[in-house]
Formats: sequence, structure tokens, C-alpha cells
Amino acid sequence: MHPGGADILDFLDFVWQRREEVLQRSLEHVGLVAAAVALSAVLGVLLGLLTYRNATARTAVIAATGTFLTIPSFALFVLLLGIVGLGTAPVVIALTMYGLLPVVRNTVTGLLQVDPAIVESAQGMGLSRRQRLLQIELPIAWPVVLTGIRVSTVVLVGIAAIGAIVNGPGLGHFIFNGLARVATPVAVDLVLTGIVGVVIVAILFDAVFTLLGKLTTSEGLR
Amino acid sequence: MTERPARTTGSDRPMIRLEHLTKAYPRQPHPAVQDLTLDVPEGEIVVLVGPSGCGKTTTMKMINRIIEPTSGRIVLDGEDVTGADPDQLRRRIGYVIQQIGLFPHRTIAENIGTVPRVLGWNRRRIAARVDELLETIGMDPAVYRDRYPKELSGGQRQRVGVARALSADPDVMLMDEPFGAIDPITRERLQNEFLRLQSEVRKTIVFVTHDIDEAIKMGDRIAILREGSEVVQYDTPERILTAPADEFVSDFIGAGASLKRLNLSRVRDIELSRRPTVGEDATAEEALGVLRASSHPAVLVLDRQGRPRRWLGEADLKRADGRPLTSLGMPPEAVVEPHATLSDALNELIAASYSIATVVDGAGVYQGVVDIDRISDAIRAMRGHGRRPADTAAVEDGVHGPAGSA
Repeated sequence: MHPGGADILDFLDFVWQRREEVLQRSLEHVGLVAAAVALSAVLGVLLGLLTYRNATARTAVIAATGTFLTIPSFALFVLLLGIVGLGTAPVVIALTMYGLLPVVRNTVTGLLQVDPAIVESAQGMGLSRRQRLLQIELPIAWPVVLTGIRVSTVVLVGIAAIGAIVNGPGLGHFIFNGLARVATPVAVDLVLTGIVGVVIVAILFDAVFTLLGKLTTSEGLR
Repeated sequence: MTERPARTTGSDRPMIRLEHLTKAYPRQPHPAVQDLTLDVPEGEIVVLVGPSGCGKTTTMKMINRIIEPTSGRIVLDGEDVTGADPDQLRRRIGYVIQQIGLFPHRTIAENIGTVPRVLGWNRRRIAARVDELLETIGMDPAVYRDRYPKELSGGQRQRVGVARALSADPDVMLMDEPFGAIDPITRERLQNEFLRLQSEVRKTIVFVTHDIDEAIKMGDRIAILREGSEVVQYDTPERILTAPADEFVSDFIGAGASLKRLNLSRVRDIELSRRPTVGEDATAEEALGVLRASSHPAVLVLDRQGRPRRWLGEADLKRADGRPLTSLGMPPEAVVEPHATLSDALNELIAASYSIATVVDGAGVYQGVVDIDRISDAIRAMRGHGRRPADTAAVEDGVHGPAGSA
């Protein structure tokens, strides 16, 4: 066994040797998560908008999207493999399903939290249902909605790594390669590369959301 | 459907006419509003007042169809709007609610410009209108235009709410307890400001409150309602106070009808008392001379524009010691304008030094003072004429009893 300091140097050397693959896989990971988050956000906000005013509908949608999250990711990837084949497609679909719950739930919560007096005054001024929703209610609920999207991103960055099982893109490859080489000298370094990469990607996404929150939230709501 | 007789005076034209309006909710034994017929004359403030649950808010919300009537007709400016597109209709009607409901994510300018924007006005015209309205409500556009609602006080938010309702210059405004959530001192001031504004804009206003004192102060006419929005009396404030239709009305007015009548007279309606005055450049000796020549305990210092600066008593002047007059004595704390009610003036003067309220015009120029003697003169005068106020004859033909009782 090496002393600790040497371990870290060895690991960094390992990563440096594979820097092109590491960068490549990291970019894939970012792209994968970004695509899935965008889809969950659009679908989730839409589902929230359509159901928030009806107690039965919103409970049903939250229950359904909550059920998705209870399916083990490994099983869902393999299940989708049979329908859409190997590669990126099953991973994006599965991640989108996992990302829905936080977005739907926060959209519904955010919209229900809007002061009814604000909505009534908008109605009284002659704003149509659509204008009220898009110009008043959604912008006021936006910080809460954005928090939902952010939570879903954190969840997806981790789950995306499992996507390598169906030959999906991303940092999961290092982890699965490490698993395949258990008890060899490179196994731990491979898994560590995957883990550290995932953590760094998660931190970067979080920074982007902080910035996005500042740019898209009205000063009046802060 | 019975036609109402034509009005005798042109200005009494009804801007809003509610005909046999009913609102019934399923699974409720009694309708919230039952067969209500009411005319709201153009350019007047009509106050709907009654105990909670009497249907006054439901009635008001049927005018802009926030609540859809079960039956009956709503006629706005001669046009039946019962089946009109509700959004189009609401853009023609200003709407102010107790919680104001400003949009927190939009600036003050954007809030006020909401309806003009929906109506498709161009940017320049909206900006000009917003600035004009901010000036009207006494808020400097350069300071407030780009602020957000959370940065304003309750009173300022209420003013912005009114400006927002006026933005597209609607003929009609609906106000649901607009001053209800504001502390009593600010409320008093906002009510006065609003009355002054209304004397310029002359909107047709339906105003809902549960507070009879507010109704008396704000209303050109008052409709006293009881359950089912039944009109018990629809009359001028003077008539309601001096000739309540029945026990329900007198109970609702409550005790102290004489004092309430102080809400009906304004400072401009009475003769003001005089007090000795001097210019701010006068010496203490000159001021003392003026004071001693009068029979009053204090002399008022006016600045070059004629605005009151200080009240000085004899003791203040004797201790002057060459200092300028404006650094002595007391600033006038009870200052009222001519449109203030005698009730406002009384409230002010009770707390003020020398027990007088100083009256200034819109520009702040000194007009005279109101003292307790003037208030008691006014009360005595009202008792004398109380049964026959000078101006009731003109409005009596606009009065309807409860629907169907004619």
C-alpha cells in the first residue's frame, strides 16, 4: 500500500493519462442530463399547469410521477432497452420519467401558493385565463418551479451514470468498466474517476441554476 | 319587465342599471342576491353597505361578472352586458379590492400599465399615462416608476391600486372595501385624497363597505342592504341619517347620528375663524404687538408664500432673544384642507395645541382656522335644518325602494 498522498497523485496521473476520454464522457454526461432535464421541465410544468386547479387530477399526476421514481433505475433501463434499443434513447426516456415528480410537484405547489387576491385582481382587469396563467401566475410561481427543476437535475446527474448499463453515454462507463475489472489495480481508479466526474458535473449544474435563478426571477419576488 | 319612469334631470342618467338580478348557489336555501333592481347614476359614488353576508360583495362582483348572475340583467351605459364577453367588459371597468392584489413580479409602472398594454396601446402612450397617474396620486414617477410593490407602504400600494384601476380611463369603477386593510389614520387620508380625485375624474363608482361611517363619508348615495341584497333604503347620506326608513336602518346607523353628520359637512362649507398672523421676517416685538392687539393666545407665522410655519404664544415671543420667529413656538400639527370633513377637523383639533385646526388650500396657503366654536355652530345648524337638508329635493326622484315594492 502507498501512503495517502501518493494514492492521490497516482489517481490524478490515471485521469491525466485518459484526459481526452474523461472530457469526452463528461461532456456526454452533461448533454444527457441537460436533454432529460429540459424534457422533464417542459412536460412537468405542462402537467402542473393542466392539473393544478383540480384536486383529483393533481393528486393523480403526482402519484403517477412519484411511482416512476420507485422503479429501480437498473430495471427501468433494461425494460426500455426492449422497446427502444440500446444507446441514448432508453437513458433519456428513463431520466425524463425520473425528473418529472419534482417539477410537477413544485409547479403545482408554486401555482397554488399565488395569492388568490392577485389572481382576482388580474381577472377583474380583464386578463384572459391564458394571460393570467402565463403573465401573472406562472412568473410568480417561477422561483418554486425552478427549485423543482434544480432538484430533479441533482437526482438525474446521479442516475444518469447507471445508463451505461444499456450502453448509454456519460461518466457511467468508467464505473461499469471498474466493476468489470474488480480486483485489478485500475478498478478503484476507474470507479473513482466516474464518481468524481459525476460530483463535478452536479456542482456545475448547480452553479448554472443559481445563475439562471438570478436571471429569470423578477427582482420584485426576491 | 316594468320600465322605470324617465328621469327628470339629464345628469341623473343611470350608468349602471341592475334589473331583477338574482344569484342563487346550489345547495343553499336562500339566494345570495334576490331580485335586486338598482340604478347607479353617472358620475356618482354609490355605496353598498350592510352587515356581512348581506350579498353586497356578490352584487358588486356581478357587475363585472366575476360572479355570473343566475338571472336578471346588467345594463352598462345603455348596453345590456349580461351576455357580453367578460374579459372585454372588465377592461372597461376599474376594479379595486381590499387586498389590492398588485402583481409582485412587476414594477409599479408595469402594474399601472396592465390594462393599457392588454388593450394594445403603444409603449410611449402607456409610459405617459403611467407618469400622469403617478403624479395624480402624489407619487413622484422618477422615484416610484421602477420600484416593486414590496418596496411600498400599505398606503402607497392602495394608491397604486387605484391608479391601476384608472389606467385605461374607465367610466365605471368597482371598489370592494378598498380602504379596509389600512390603519385608521392612513385610511382617513386616503379617503380624502380619493374624494378629491373623484371630484376631478367624476367616475361612476360602486363602493362596497360594511362600515356605515365610511359609507356616509364616501357616498353620494347609499344603498343599505340586508340578507339577499334586499335594498332597505337607497338615499343620500343626509336622508339616511335624518330620515332612516325603518328600525333596521336606524340600528345600522347606530348611536351618535349627530356626530356622524359632521362627516357630511366639509371645512369649505363653514365660515373659518380668523387668527392674528405675521410674516416670517417680522421681529418678535412686532409679533408681540399683533398678538396683544388680538384676543387670541397665539399668533401664526406665515412664510413668503403665505404658508403657515409656527404658532407662537406670548411666552415664546418674550423668550425670542433675537432668534428668527420660525425657530420658536410650535409647528402647526393639525393642518386640514377645505375638502376635509368637519369630523376630520374635529379629530385633528382635539389633539392639537391651542385646540385649533389650521386650514390651508391645495398649495398649502393659509386660509383660516377651525376651532371648537365653529364645530358646535355647525352641529347646531344641522339640528335646525336636519329634517330638510337643502339638497335632498334634487335627488329624491332618483330614489327607488326595494325592488318590486314600488
